Amino acid sequence: MAVCIAVIAKENYPLYIRSVPTQNELKFHYTVHTSLDVVEEKISSVGKSMGDQRELYLGLLYPTEDYKVYGYVTNSKVKFVIVVDSSNTSLRDNEIRSMFRKLHNSFTDVMCNPFHNPGDHIQSKAFDGIVSGMMVQTG
Amino acid sequence: MESLTLSDVEQKYYSDLFVYCDTDNTKKVASNGRVLDLFRAAQLPSEVVLQITELCGATRLGHFGRSQFYIALKLIAIAQSGLPLRVESLNSVKDLPLPRFVVGKNEAEARHAALYQDTDSQGLYPASGAAVIPRPPGRGHQNKKATPATTSLPVHEVIQPLAPSIEPQPEPTSPVVSPHQSPPTSPHSWRKHKRQHSGGNVERQPVVAATGATWTHFREPQTGTVTGDGMWVSHSPPLPGQESWVSFTADTPPSSTLPAMHPSSVQESTTIRTVASAATTNEIQRQSSGYDDPWKITDEQRQYYINQFKTIQPDLTGFIPGSAAKEFFTKSKLPILELSHIWELSDFDKDGALTLDEFCAAFHLVVARKNGYDLPEKLPESLMPKLIDLDDSAEVPEPAADVGYSASPVEVTPNKSPSMPSLNQAWPEMNPSNEDTAIVHPVPIRMTPSKIHMQEMELKRTGSDHNHPTSPLLTKPPDLPEEAKLPASMKFVAANTVGDGYSSSDSFTSDQEPISRQRSQSGTSPEALKVVAPPPPPPRPHPSHSRSSSLDMNRTFAATAAPGQPQPSTIAYPPAVPPRPLPTQTSAPHTGHRVEAEAVPGGGAVLTTTSPQQIPQQPNFADFSQFQAFAASEQPSSLPEVDKHSEAGQVDKASEGAGPLRTVKSDGQADERVSATVNSAKGSSGPLGPPPKPVRRRLKSEDELRPEDEQHGPQKSNVIAAVLATQPSIPRSVGKDKKAIQASIRRNKETNTVLARLNSELQQQLKDLLEERISLEVQLEQLRPFSHL
Repeated sequence: MAVCIAVIAKENYPLYIRSVPTQNELKFHYTVHTSLDVVEEKISSVGKSMGDQRELYLGLLYPTEDYKVYGYVTNSKVKFVIVVDSSNTSLRDNEIRSMFRKLHNSFTDVMCNPFHNPGDHIQSKAFDGIVSGMMVQTG
Repeated sequence: MESLTLSDVEQKYYSDLFVYCDTDNTKKVASNGRVLDLFRAAQLPSEVVLQITELCGATRLGHFGRSQFYIALKLIAIAQSGLPLRVESLNSVKDLPLPRFVVGKNEAEARHAALYQDTDSQGLYPASGAAVIPRPPGRGHQNKKATPATTSLPVHEVIQPLAPSIEPQPEPTSPVVSPHQSPPTSPHSWRKHKRQHSGGNVERQPVVAATGATWTHFREPQTGTVTGDGMWVSHSPPLPGQESWVSFTADTPPSSTLPAMHPSSVQESTTIRTVASAATTNEIQRQSSGYDDPWKITDEQRQYYINQFKTIQPDLTGFIPGSAAKEFFTKSKLPILELSHIWELSDFDKDGALTLDEFCAAFHLVVARKNGYDLPEKLPESLMPKLIDLDDSAEVPEPAADVGYSASPVEVTPNKSPSMPSLNQAWPEMNPSNEDTAIVHPVPIRMTPSKIHMQEMELKRTGSDHNHPTSPLLTKPPDLPEEAKLPASMKFVAANTVGDGYSSSDSFTSDQEPISRQRSQSGTSPEALKVVAPPPPPPRPHPSHSRSSSLDMNRTFAATAAPGQPQPSTIAYPPAVPPRPLPTQTSAPHTGHRVEAEAVPGGGAVLTTTSPQQIPQQPNFADFSQFQAFAASEQPSSLPEVDKHSEAGQVDKASEGAGPLRTVKSDGQADERVSATVNSAKGSSGPLGPPPKPVRRRLKSEDELRPEDEQHGPQKSNVIAAVLATQPSIPRSVGKDKKAIQASIRRNKETNTVLARLNSELQQQLKDLLEERISLEVQLEQLRPFSHL
């Protein structure tokens, strides 16, 4: 269960960011922002194989004392960032991958919507639903 | 005028109408214009109107007082009910239905009245209270419903399609058409009718259908709607008209009490108001009627949607691309967010395009939204593609919708995969029988040369060789060495690969090329299965070489050479591939590949058996002149097989048994023996070892090789000639060739391994030599210390 989920556009501005509201959201926003550097670094290192299938799942970007940040980048340089609580040790890598996969599918559906202009903030209820399903269910 | 007794309903109704006509707010006199318009809206013949006017006394008075107005209304009712206009009937007629007034152009009032007529007048009265009520509540309803201002738009839309359908109405259409009085051409009217009878099943249909009329009219009504709404709220008079819609569409009789009167603003506001009212009435009706599935698409609606679909995509089974759909639905003036949500709901398979079903669902949702319906979170069951039920039977919407929705994912998944964008990694294999997206398995195509393939290539090559006997062959050397770089005189091109193994001994290739060419020639000889003499093994190191495993072999060879002729042949085996029958052997008509095959595998046997014969002939290998003579003599000879065998054996041995033979020759004994055993009169082949031998001898001395090279030249040509001679016999049974080819392959592989081993040994020797040289140089330098100073 994620604490914060963010979708960042190719130009590194957020398309969608949602965090568990109980805590300081600004902190999450900041964390996501700093994680972008790590994402850039990871995707630039694979630049040699641009034609090849670059791994979309970037894995653990960096762990802080409280949280772990996972990254995922699409072929169109849209980045998904998931922040999970470090105390949530039950989350395995596969689960994170499946979360990213769901995010990606939902994001694709949003993109397919002709009324959605790429670069717009994501305002899809279906996407919101998917994200909500992944967020930590706080009471 | 006699007193006019009005029922409460009538009283109320008339007072409303009077108020409506009382534009001057005099509360006393109804404006003539309005009244006249109202009377006209009653759809009575003009003379009847005149009569009524006269009867009520307005003509006398010149204006319509309240009483006159009431009388006139009553007379209108009488006239509409078909009774003769009599003043006496004013009070005598019981159960007179309320006068009907057509709203604007349409017979809305007529419909209204029809509605009224439909329902029992008795029922009216109990509902009169309600009828009275509806106006304000209707108004309230309308007000409330009007606030979702967008509703007015679709109603206006509703009007549009009615306009063409209702010809007698010059003005823009009114959404509500009486099924009784107006031609039921308009689906709305029909729907209304149905609604009336079926209990409001189609409450929104008229609005919906009208909404779908044309988006183009949106703009016009839009502005009008605003004003209409304004008027709507401020004016009570307009209300009746709208209320008529309300009541009209409502199942309850209250509708009948609200004549729709739009004498003044019939042109625009009427329609607008009626549009708005229609929308509201629909909603009211919906609320008033039983809660059947509000999302059901009726046939008319569906037909309309289909027509709209056709305007975008003529093929009903095709798709509407997302961009076209976006344009289309953008015209509905719904906010993009809502349109986006509608799209999410309706694009069932998430393919970015709308099928007919999806389009109808989306259209329906748009219409619903315009009517103030909130968009559902999930697609209602009735709007599900494939699940749309065109029956009008009311069903439980919600649970069914849930069920339907839950059932749909099963259908979604199969559809999702093919149409999903390529990023859909979760559905890699879920390709239904859709041929467009079915995984096509690549059909394996044999790319590697097969034996038959090789044979064909060989045949082609040999065929070409046919045409160009000698010169092409000679000119081909540049090509052939590529293929048969090996000395591998493999039977087919495949053999060339083996030859590559030989190419490692590059130092020998130059010398081996002629030999290899010879071999390849033999390999490419007429029949692909010709057993080609194995490539000459790398030249064996000089026996004088200090260390080398080959020396051991030399020793062994020498040792074996001593024992006798048979042994060299046997000894020849370990180091070299057993000699293969020469292609010349196959030239013999009766020497099929069987013979060759037998010759090849039996090369050893042949060797052993005919060793006495062959060994002596070995020197002939090197001695090409001998060979040539031999071949020339042997071909027409009566000993084709044996000789061919021997020749082949010679060639093979020459190539493969070169090593031991060389050593033998180096010893000189083999030479003697060979020369002794030469069948034909061939010169001593002492210096001439088998073709490879000179190459190997290059290691020890070039001097020895040079003369050998010179001899090789003619010998090579001899061999070539011999090979050529065998070409005519190339066309042989392929079946035999196969086995021969396989056998030769095995032999060639063995040769490969042997030669590879030899190569490694020689390389090792080379290294040793280099080390020695270096050490010697160092010593030299040490011994010459002063030279450096």
